[in-house]
Amino acid sequence: MSGMEAVFLTIITASTPLLLAAIGELVVERSGVLNLGIEGMMVMGAVCGFGAATLTGSAWLGVGAGILGGAFMALLFSFLTQTMVTNQVATGLAITLLGLGLSGLIGSPFVGLPLEAKMNAVHIPFLSDLPFAGKVIFGQDPLVYVSVILVILVSHVLFKTRAGLIIRAVGQSHNSAHALGFPVVKIRYACIIFGGACSGLAGAYLSLSYTPQWIENMTAGRGWIALALVVFSTWIPFRLAVGAYLFGTVWILGLYVQAMGVAIPPQLLSSLPYIATIVALSLISRNKRLSVVNTPASLGKGFVADR
Amino acid sequence: MKLVLEKRSYSSKMMHMLSPVIAISLTVVMGGIIFASMGQPAFKALYLYFIEPLTSMWSVQEVLVKASPLVLIGVGLAVCFRANIWNIGAEGQLTIGALFGSSIPIMFADFQSPFALVLMLVLGALGGALFAAIPALLKNRLGVNEILTSLMLVYISKLFLDWIVRGPWKDPQAYGFPKSISFEGWHSLPLIGFGRVHIGILIVILIVAVLYWLTTRTLKGFEVRVIGSAPRAGEFAGFSQSNMVWFCLLLSGGLAGLAGILEVAGPVGQLQPSISPNYGFTAIIVAFLGRLNPVGVMMAGILLAITYLGGESVQIVLGISDKTTQVFQGMLLFFILLCDTFILYRLRIVRSLKLQKEDA
Repeated sequence: MSGMEAVFLTIITASTPLLLAAIGELVVERSGVLNLGIEGMMVMGAVCGFGAATLTGSAWLGVGAGILGGAFMALLFSFLTQTMVTNQVATGLAITLLGLGLSGLIGSPFVGLPLEAKMNAVHIPFLSDLPFAGKVIFGQDPLVYVSVILVILVSHVLFKTRAGLIIRAVGQSHNSAHALGFPVVKIRYACIIFGGACSGLAGAYLSLSYTPQWIENMTAGRGWIALALVVFSTWIPFRLAVGAYLFGTVWILGLYVQAMGVAIPPQLLSSLPYIATIVALSLISRNKRLSVVNTPASLGKGFVADR
Repeated sequence: MKLVLEKRSYSSKMMHMLSPVIAISLTVVMGGIIFASMGQPAFKALYLYFIEPLTSMWSVQEVLVKASPLVLIGVGLAVCFRANIWNIGAEGQLTIGALFGSSIPIMFADFQSPFALVLMLVLGALGGALFAAIPALLKNRLGVNEILTSLMLVYISKLFLDWIVRGPWKDPQAYGFPKSISFEGWHSLPLIGFGRVHIGILIVILIVAVLYWLTTRTLKGFEVRVIGSAPRAGEFAGFSQSNMVWFCLLLSGGLAGLAGILEVAGPVGQLQPSISPNYGFTAIIVAFLGRLNPVGVMMAGILLAITYLGGESVQIVLGISDKTTQVFQGMLLFFILLCDTFILYRLRIVRSLKLQKEDA
């Protein structure tokens, strides 16, 4: 494998967890809910995924457990914010703090264990043998393909189907959607749980494929960056994918600059993704045309049906 | 038949006070269930967790030491949250405050006078406030959401601290350990003769009193409440939203920075890669549990300080991971939000719509 191929390969793997978590959150925010609990859902996905894969010896059962772990935290979040109409910002923080603690507790027996059940890269006959693109695009592990398919699927459902229209209507004006007879709370429950499942999948990808082991707080702020990505994408799935790959590049850039022996403190390189997030948010917020038009109008507001 | 939430005509004063009590009880019950499911003696674990830290002089002193930064940050955040401004980067402001204040003992080690200590505390508060000014500026000028920027700055500040104690500010005599020189003489806080409790606690009490006066007796306090609960009314009253952003972020950032320098000049005694067990995040829970009210925050700070010590004691006696501390803290915030719903709403049993129609 040549140097360039390796660079592109690692960029794609670093971008995938961001993309998976962010595409779920995009759907949640399109339905009008601000979920700040992604980091907690992701880290639960990581620990459940690693734990299940280690105990059962199957990476795929691990992936399933990761999805369930994220979805479970999302269920708690939706019960609070939808049924009990709590403040979404505070509840998201609670879910993140709870997820970080709970994952540490569940994961304590797994610290330092190597992952036995690894996920194998999928080799697509013929395509994988193409020069350059073959290795970079068609020799990835299965969850990378899942992330790409999810982006296409979400984009299609949100903008080309009736279900997507309803989700966006709920996000724009929950009162109008309610008056038209749509079950606002149920739709939001479904979107939040989908978002949690995606975050859980992103977490499982981290602990099963990206760094195949369990480390406390291993999500390292990726959940928060995913949130920023959704704002950056102005709630449009394809822009989200571009953003995710840009951020993956920033994440990897540091490692390569370090490997080349450039005398820059490693801490500065590690802080690049966080600095980039602030810069990206500032740039996109300056552009009012892009950011305001697509913002779901009911984002973050609680809804109680008037009877 | 099903349960529905019905809006109360007035918010319930009783639930406002009762909610933390119910939330704490629910946390204790859930905690017992978690201990039991781990195959541990639930009652013994809960005793170790919540009661034992209050049974010896040593641990009561430690509770006060840990409660000080929590209360200091918590009262600042309470003002923010009341005004609907979400500073969740207090941990970063604490770190930068500690760094600013530490510049005196590290760069001017010979400057020994009471004035040096005062200068350290002022620089600490200044550092925290300046760091919080970044999200404030971005929010006011460009409309960037302060939640994400303040949080990203936490990661950046911690990496910066890590770099400086391994690089330029490393103690040359530390045998390769990543730490600064120890702060001595007038560069560390005088003890008040009660264990590790230092004069910082007096500063904390003073600030709680000042903020209590500010929030309940001044126009500024009124402004905070109006902008938080009815932004449009605030606009008509001529209150400026962007001034409020500055006020809240600089205040809470400054207090977090002060907490940071009090930590390194007090119990920690030097700069090192980790100077706070997530006080900045735990203080968010303190603010909510304390009803966003300075006196309430003081009580909540003591309770959360107990969870730190309780986590250590179950780890030592029963060998349970000290991650239980974070779980308890997360559950507390979770349950307090759940219970707070009943301040504005009440539960009512309604028969299904179909039945109601048949009745009519």
